[in-house]
This record gives sequence, structure tokens and C-alpha cells, in this order.
Amino acid sequence: MYVAVKGGGRAISAAHAWLDETRRGDTSLPELTVAQVEQQMGLAVDRVMAEGSCHDRFLAALAIKQAKGDLIEAAFLLRAYRTTLVRFGASEPVETSAMRLRRRVSATYKDLPGGQVLGPTFDYTHRLLDFALAAEGEARGEGPQAPAPVGEVPRVTELLAREGLMQREATDDAEPGDLTRQPLAFPAARPVRLQNLARGDEGFLLALGYSTQRGYGSNHPFVGEIRVGHVAVEFTPPELGFAIELGEIAITECQMVNQFKGSRTEPAQFTRGYGLVFGHGERRAMGMALVDRALRAEELGEDIAAPAQDAEFVLYHSDNIEATGFVEHLKLPHYVDFQSELENLRTIRRSAVAAEAARDGMAEAARDGTAEAAE
Amino acid sequence: MTGIDDPRASGTEGYNFAYLDEATKRMIRRAILKAVAIPGHQIPFGAREMPLPYGWGTGGIQVTAAILGPADVLKVIDQGADDTTNAISIRRFFTRVAGVATTESTAEASIIQTRHRIPEKALREDQVIVYQVPQPEPLSKLEPRRAETERLHALADYGLMHVRLYEDIARLGHIAKAYDYPVMVNGRYLMSPSPIPAFDNPKMDRMPALQLFGAGREKRIYAIPPYTPVRSLDFEDHPFRPIRAPHACALCGSTESYLDEVLTDDAGGRMFVCSDTDYCGERQVAVAQEAAE
Repeated sequence: MYVAVKGGGRAISAAHAWLDETRRGDTSLPELTVAQVEQQMGLAVDRVMAEGSCHDRFLAALAIKQAKGDLIEAAFLLRAYRTTLVRFGASEPVETSAMRLRRRVSATYKDLPGGQVLGPTFDYTHRLLDFALAAEGEARGEGPQAPAPVGEVPRVTELLAREGLMQREATDDAEPGDLTRQPLAFPAARPVRLQNLARGDEGFLLALGYSTQRGYGSNHPFVGEIRVGHVAVEFTPPELGFAIELGEIAITECQMVNQFKGSRTEPAQFTRGYGLVFGHGERRAMGMALVDRALRAEELGEDIAAPAQDAEFVLYHSDNIEATGFVEHLKLPHYVDFQSELENLRTIRRSAVAAEAARDGMAEAARDGTAEAAE
Repeated sequence: MTGIDDPRASGTEGYNFAYLDEATKRMIRRAILKAVAIPGHQIPFGAREMPLPYGWGTGGIQVTAAILGPADVLKVIDQGADDTTNAISIRRFFTRVAGVATTESTAEASIIQTRHRIPEKALREDQVIVYQVPQPEPLSKLEPRRAETERLHALADYGLMHVRLYEDIARLGHIAKAYDYPVMVNGRYLMSPSPIPAFDNPKMDRMPALQLFGAGREKRIYAIPPYTPVRSLDFEDHPFRPIRAPHACALCGSTESYLDEVLTDDAGGRMFVCSDTDYCGERQVAVAQEAAE
């Protein structure tokens, strides 16, 4: 019997009601609040803000709750919201040397102006499950806190550049491109590449960055500096003509120092890989910095041989909202194209069988002919 | 949760008619105009993130949203059917954000958004068909780099595709492409017709309706203006042949429509039915009336 597909609308409504039910889970347990997610799942919130490309902790936390903890789904919710917001202008560039630091480490100097600040980090923790956390309700005391460095803390790469050892970045006053308004085109300028990577999937950036370390587009990186903290965002309204501070955002900046052999026109010097992401996301910022440097291969006259150096490959596949949509669309019905493949395959197989039969027939006829001639 | 059809639960008060803001619609309309002016040529556009996933019709939805007016009557099909889940979801989206009338009848619709099919009933001049396109670049399987395919289009260098089709014939005796079969538009641009079955390709040729194609994830729009020649690629000695299952529809008896194969048991039992549910339904009514007379 023909199974009617009618009733899809009812099925969708029922499925979504079930989804709501599973989101809530066991109702004898208290419901998770958005504030709890925001406070106690802070790094998940940071990742969703970065990939959702929208700095709003409350909305990111809400998205995580709504998405049942599926962070890519949460980033998608945030992106779909963000795209409806009105744009009233572009901020002034943020000044990370004036960052209110929580953490700042350099792997290239033992000590340096501004010092090393370990900050709240998983680094050097022993990864032992802490069963004390399972016994809820215990208030943990505040950790000791040293006073944060005050005033400007110069960037390591700037100190190197003053000595002529670090390549200066080209400055350009032109307004940088915006991927969310104009589609990607190639060759892609570095600001556009960086925008793409800053919103890119953390796993993708991590894997590509890792691949450069293992020899696929090697660029011998050192962590010049990672800094995590808050920076002021300033905006110049045209009617005022001077910048006003809108507020602060949390960011992580990573500057990788990479070797560069020099070329016929340029002396040997260090080059930079740059990562800047919303929230506290060191893994993401480091991956981004490694990939940024790898993508500069063409500009620096290096061979383009590895995936991480291939701008089209990297930039077209970094976005997990695009990727998850297209991979998961395979769940949609494909009856029609599958049916045409079926018919096509049957036709090809029929003609192959017919051709074989014809060949056998000819061989048999030829054998019979030889036999007759022999008689 | 309240039902999705409940207007109180729509949560769309703050949104513009048809979801997109007017500046975005204008940007998309400009891309559409450019696309109509250069038939078959892909126009990059600033596709937005939509509240539906990429790959699930966001390109078609943006094109529809940009051309939709309050007086339009919208039909949405997926695999030829109005009642497949994603078609229902997209139709509900527009009901929710634009409040337009919807229909399942091909004849009554002013805009038809489709995935993977062209309706069996011939379309008219006062209709627009909007295709959802997963991959707008017909050469993508042969050359993945966009910078390079753009060059090939500029030079009208389509040798790669001809060789690919020739290799099928040399190895298999047939062209093995059964859907998303490449077409030449207005004798100039090679174009992906979207993954419609090759059976539907001839319907595109000199169609009276405007044909618009939206690829959201790939951020491209292209178009075929009314009455534009569209030729499926082929060779003199291996002419293009549309493929359909050699059966009659088990429900309406049509021997001309495109058929879906439905498995009815695990012992090889199967039946063939029209993929175009509106066409099939109308024919069933007509057959029943004839029998009654």
C-alpha cells in the first residue's frame, strides 16, 4: 500500500514539543537559569559569542540553554539574531596595549614590561576529576589576586618591531571588508581573512593550526604573547566628531612570532600570525594565529603546498554554521534525484548485460562456425 | 509550547514584512536585476544568515522574500510535493513573517519556490519560479576553486564539462548524469539547473515564467528571463534524453509525469507514483469525475 506522507505539519509540531520536553529534562530538578549558564559555563558562552559573531553574554547563554548545550546550534541561533540588528556604524580600532588584563603570558621572554600574569587558566592543573565539585552547595573562597598591571602594556611584537626584527604590518585607513555584507571573493584581503577566522569553527582552526606544526606548511611559531582581558570600544558619532566610549568587550589576543628567511627585497626578520577572538578563547586565538600566518604564504613568497596555506580551502570551510547546514541538509528528502540515479544505473546495467550477451552470442556463433568447418 | 501556527506565538512583531529588512531586500533585488540582465551568470550577493539552516533553502527563501508582495500567492514544493516536511516549514515561515496566502495549486500560485523539481503543469508569464540551489557552480565537481571557475566562465571555456560527459559515453555508453544536468543558457553561460532530474530540463527552455535561482550558503543568485533558450549539453550522436521510470503512476495513471519509486514491502514490492502531488491529485479527481459520468 502507498504510505501517504500527509501529516508532516503535525509531525513537525509534535517533534518540536518533544524537543522542548527533552530540553527541560527531569522536572523534579530545578530549571537551569540563563544567569547560571552565563556565570558557570563561561567558556561555552565565550565560544558561542565568537562563533556566533556577537558579543553578548546574556544572548549567548540563552542560546546555549535553548540549544540544550549544542554550541554550534547556539552559535547559529545567535547569528540568525545578529543578522537582523541595525548597524549604525563602525567602531574605532580597539587598542589592545591598553587592555585591562586578566592574563598575559609570553613564551619568548622570561620577563618583560608588564610582566607575566598567569590569570585564570587550566594550564598546569592536573586533569583529575574533582569529586568535591559533585558535592554541590560548597562555597569556594575567592582566590588570592595580585594587582593587575596598570597603564599601557606594550606588545611583544611591538618591542621586536622597534628593533627592526619584526615585520611591520601594512597600515591601511580604508574601511576593511565585511563578510557579513559582501560575499567572500578571491584573492581575499587579510582583514577579510581574519574576520573569517575569528568566527571560524574552533575545531577547524585547531586542526589546521596543528597541521602546520606537524609539517603541513610549517612556519616555526613562538607564542610572542597571549593576552586576555577587556578593551574599551569607542565610537565616533558623525554629529559629535570625537570618539566616545560605548563600553568594554572581553577578548583574547594571540601574536605568534614566526621565522622568515628573508627574500631578495627584504632582510631576514620575524613575521606575525595574528589571532583575536571574543571572550576567553586561547585555543581558538592560537589556532587562528597559526592559520593566519600560513595564509600569508603567497604574500611572503612561500610555496603553497599545505591545506592551511590554501586560502580558498580554508576560508570556504571554516564556518561551522555553513558547514553544519550543508552536511545536515543530506537528511532532507532526495527522492527525486535518487530516483533518477536509480533509473540511470538500471539503464547502464541493462545495456552492459545486453552487450555481454551479444558478445557471448558472437563467440558461440564463431565456435559453431569453426566446428562446422571442421566437419 | 504553543503551536507554530498560533499568531500570538509567532514572535515576529519586531520583524519587517517577509523577515528581511528593506535595505537587504534592495540589495537582493539589485542582484536579481543583474542576474536577469545576464542570463545564467552567477551574481555574488551578500546572503544573510537566515533563521533556517544553510543548505535548507536559505537562498530560495531570500529571493522569495525579496520579490514577495502582500498580494502574492505562494506555493512551496520539495521533491515536487507540497507536504514534504521542509516545504511545510518554509511555507509556514512565510505565513508567519509575511502573512501571504499560500496554495498547493500550481495554477493559483504567483510565486513557486521549489527544491529539486519543476511542476508538471506548464508555467505562465505571470508566474515566477524560485529554485533552491545547493551548489550554483556547474563546474564545481571538476574544478573546486571559484577563482578558476570564474575565469572559465569569463572565457566560456567549458571543455572540462564536455570531456566529462564524453568520458561517461566512452566508459558506460551513456551520459551518467541523471540530475543537476548542466545546461547552456542563451548560448553563453553554462549553468546548474539545481538538482532537478534531467527529466525536468526541457521545461526550462523558453519557459514563459521568470526563473530565479538562489544559493544562500554559496552566496550567488542567477536567473533565466522568460522565453530564454536553455539547452541541455549533449552530442550530435548522443542527444540529451530525459529519464523517467518506465511506468504509469499507480494513483493517476500518468505515463508522462516524473515518478517516485515507493517500496511497499521487503520482498521487492514497489510502486511508482507522481512526484508532483498537485498534478497527481488533479488527475485523480478528473479520472474519478470521468468514471462517474
